[in-house]
Amino acid sequence: MSGPRVVLVDDHGLFRSGVRAELGRQVDVVGEADDVQPAIALIGELLPDVVLLDVHLPGGGGQAVIQAVKDAHPQVRFLALSASDAPEDVIAVIRAGARGYVTKTISTAELADAVRRVAAGDAVFSHRLAGFVLDAFAATPSADDLKPSFDPELEQLTNREREVLRLIAQGYTYKEIARELFISVKTVESHVSSVLRKLQLSTRHQLTRWAAERRLN
Amino acid sequence: MMEYVEHPTRWHRAPARFRHREGNGGPLRRDPADRLGGGVASGVAAWKGFNVTTVRIVFVLLAVVTSGIAVAVYVLAWLVIPAAGADRSIGAKARSDAQGIRLAAALASLLILVLLVVDALNDSWLTNWAWPQVLSVAGLVLIWRNAPADERATMRHLVQPLEAATGVTAGAGTPHRRAALRLTIAGLLLLGGAAWLFSVRGSIALLRPLGGVALIIAAIVLALGPWWLRIARELVLERQARVRAEERADIAARVHDSVLQTLALIQRRADDPAKVIQLARLQERELRSWLFEGRVPNELDADLTLAAGVRQIQQDVETRYGVPVEAVTVGDTELDDNLRALLAAAREATINAAKWSGADVISLFAEVEPAEVSLVVRDRGQGFDPEAVPADRKGLAESVQGRMTRRGGTATVSTAVGEGTKVTLKMPRAATIQGPSPAGRK
Repeated sequence: MSGPRVVLVDDHGLFRSGVRAELGRQVDVVGEADDVQPAIALIGELLPDVVLLDVHLPGGGGQAVIQAVKDAHPQVRFLALSASDAPEDVIAVIRAGARGYVTKTISTAELADAVRRVAAGDAVFSHRLAGFVLDAFAATPSADDLKPSFDPELEQLTNREREVLRLIAQGYTYKEIARELFISVKTVESHVSSVLRKLQLSTRHQLTRWAAERRLN
Repeated sequence: MMEYVEHPTRWHRAPARFRHREGNGGPLRRDPADRLGGGVASGVAAWKGFNVTTVRIVFVLLAVVTSGIAVAVYVLAWLVIPAAGADRSIGAKARSDAQGIRLAAALASLLILVLLVVDALNDSWLTNWAWPQVLSVAGLVLIWRNAPADERATMRHLVQPLEAATGVTAGAGTPHRRAALRLTIAGLLLLGGAAWLFSVRGSIALLRPLGGVALIIAAIVLALGPWWLRIARELVLERQARVRAEERADIAARVHDSVLQTLALIQRRADDPAKVIQLARLQERELRSWLFEGRVPNELDADLTLAAGVRQIQQDVETRYGVPVEAVTVGDTELDDNLRALLAAAREATINAAKWSGADVISLFAEVEPAEVSLVVRDRGQGFDPEAVPADRKGLAESVQGRMTRRGGTATVSTAVGEGTKVTLKMPRAATIQGPSPAGRK
């Protein structure tokens, strides 16, 4: 059987061939691209299940690819990869529509797992992203966030979601989280997906401001 | 879990307190786990099976009825009865403390002198009360010098309000304020004495016995004065010696933490010249900045924030031990002494994980919340059996748990063989609350 069909988008050829060699047995790598425009064309042509997308691309960054593709092909899912861990980039690409984010230092097994998870429609948070989200949602919404469009359900994390994020930030796998909190892996997945939705749809000014503040970190 | 191992006495002693009729049958022991002063009352209560509160009330009543003799008896009991779990009493230890005995004798003689004078001037219930306290004071001096650290802490706790009120300690007020207080009291005494003298000038004959008292005082001071002075000087010398010993211990600890650790690492990595050079350079830089710039190794910079402190731990452990550390911090705050202790404990826990767990990555998670700061050090390594750790190898218990509890924080270790280790540290925050994210930028 073959795993999910994957397209690699990264400007470093060496990294692409490395990932391809490592992931080759577990997923079906159908194509590679090294910049925004070729990536858009390739994705439209191949319609893969998952696009492994570098956050930093010379022609506009990872989010440009997502924005160009997602309306025409909503079934294509994106998993962002980055070496930098700059919160600004990470938040931007998640808000553009990526289903998850992992660091490039991730092990092959974990990466394959993450690809499968994204292909199945779940969200994937690295420990770093979990930390960012906890941080960004820590403060209560400010006055200028309380506009008519403000949806309190969207702007706040539940206690359970917070707990799950904390454990992810401590390096727990979903399975370990499920055992720790006495819930099923499915429930963990739904909590993470719900956090992802909030992260993408929140109108909080906090999020952008927070990310910008962290820029010089 | 280690948390519960800490007060075993409290655990198995608790039922004894509710058993009002029969005693524990064992020998009489002071109970340090449930004490207000020396734990004598609770010891007696447990021994004979009374209610502690009853015993305490009886003690207080006795003190009043016997005009203070019971207080001296209490102090003697404190001195003579061993604490539960200890093999000998404080008194037995005090017998070999010649310096302490001399100090007690000196204080007692000084007190006797004062009482003689007061007695000569007027005879009231107050002096009757005070005489037994000569014994109490001498006893307390011996207890103070020979009691274990935790009992000393209780004593310090008991006198604290007193010290604060009179401004005796260095901590209370500025030197100016203390000098002003001293002068005010001296002035009041002088005024009172002068007024008293003038009021009895009419019957100067009454002052005649005072001359005799003055002569006796002069004689005693002449006889004992030099001895008192010598004891005071010896105390100062002793204190200096202790400070020097503490300094030496501190230096030994620092050298162990930095130089010896690095040398051990270099031996282990002798086959990797690049790594050896890197370690040697790192150590040289650290040693130089310690010896010539006075920067204490492994101590955090004064203006560091919590997130920067966590990053520093991450970098240090990665460069020294070659184990990747994944650090995530949520929120940030300025450091105070408590949070510095938290970071020091976290550093120990992380180094411990790097050295012993065998895990290929350690995660370090810090979260700043309004009421507390928590730090989690976790690895998926081999874990250990907390019960099986030998008594002389309690690095984790001592340097992590000790550091936290001394500052009012908590440390929880959950681990089992093959399950990895998770150390959760929580430190309550001081009142100053910062926003969740502003700091941490350069």
